[in-house]
Amino acid sequence: MSETLAPEKEGTVNVAVMNQVAGRGVRAESPLHHAELDKLAARNPRTGGVMLRELKLLGHLTLRGSQQNESFMNGCAEVLGVALPTQPLTSVEKGSVSIRWISPDEWLVVLPGDQAYEVEQGLRAVIEGHFSVVNVSGGQTLLELSGPNARELLQKCIPLDVHPSQFPVGKVAGTVFAKSTAVVRRSGEDSWELVVRRSFADYIWLWLQDASREYGLVIKS
Amino acid sequence: MLHIYCPHCREHREEEEFHVKGQAHIARPLDPDSCTDKEWGEYLFFRKNPRGLHHEIWYHTTGCRKFFNVTRDTVSYEIKEVYKIGEQPQVVAKG
Repeated sequence: MSETLAPEKEGTVNVAVMNQVAGRGVRAESPLHHAELDKLAARNPRTGGVMLRELKLLGHLTLRGSQQNESFMNGCAEVLGVALPTQPLTSVEKGSVSIRWISPDEWLVVLPGDQAYEVEQGLRAVIEGHFSVVNVSGGQTLLELSGPNARELLQKCIPLDVHPSQFPVGKVAGTVFAKSTAVVRRSGEDSWELVVRRSFADYIWLWLQDASREYGLVIKS
Repeated sequence: MLHIYCPHCREHREEEEFHVKGQAHIARPLDPDSCTDKEWGEYLFFRKNPRGLHHEIWYHTTGCRKFFNVTRDTVSYEIKEVYKIGEQPQVVAKG
């Protein structure tokens, strides 16, 4: 623990908060580091029906609190720059910050890795009452699937109806993904984002290679 | 395969996203120390196994990770209603 912070505000429980970004001198490895996606991107075919990109080493914060707690809702909007989505299965995005609705009292905030610590501290400073913010950046990663066949690929992986009439841009759903789990978000007309667990990242990477074989998989760096 | 409505996600999802957690509305004895062994044993271990309507707890494991109640017909497997924890069922067995 390089740096710890114990808030000394009255009435709050002391918690140790740690900056999980070790610093510039330390090499960070994403869950798919071993797959060497950058090298694959350099030598892979340029055309195919599905593009895959790992949005690696982003900051992931799990935020929990009650929608009835005004301090929580206002504090999050103030620190994150955008209000938490309260409509089920929706997401909001502003600049480099995206927020996914996970459950009525849980959200996943994804932001640049080097901002996670600052934002976490900011939230702790302004919110009062019962809430929780946990930096889970090291526990999961974000994969982006895009291209004309990305939807067909997803149809093989998840039990949800991903037709545009049922899954509009911006919708988020936690679901079963190839017997593992993922938080799926439609980020654009032809692009989808998966939040997957670190321990399942390799399995999902292998699964995606197999499932996308018939369309052609292009790795983007 | 059951098609289950999650009252928190507010849409129908496949059964594989859920886990069933058994009989709902089991009240914990307010004063366990004053229970007889029979009362405590029944609270801990004994469950209904009705032919017909059954109120049970389900858990949306891969989705919102919330618990909720389902009234299901154990003969036809038809789901009669879904309601949140803390609410009472509208569809109940007669008698």
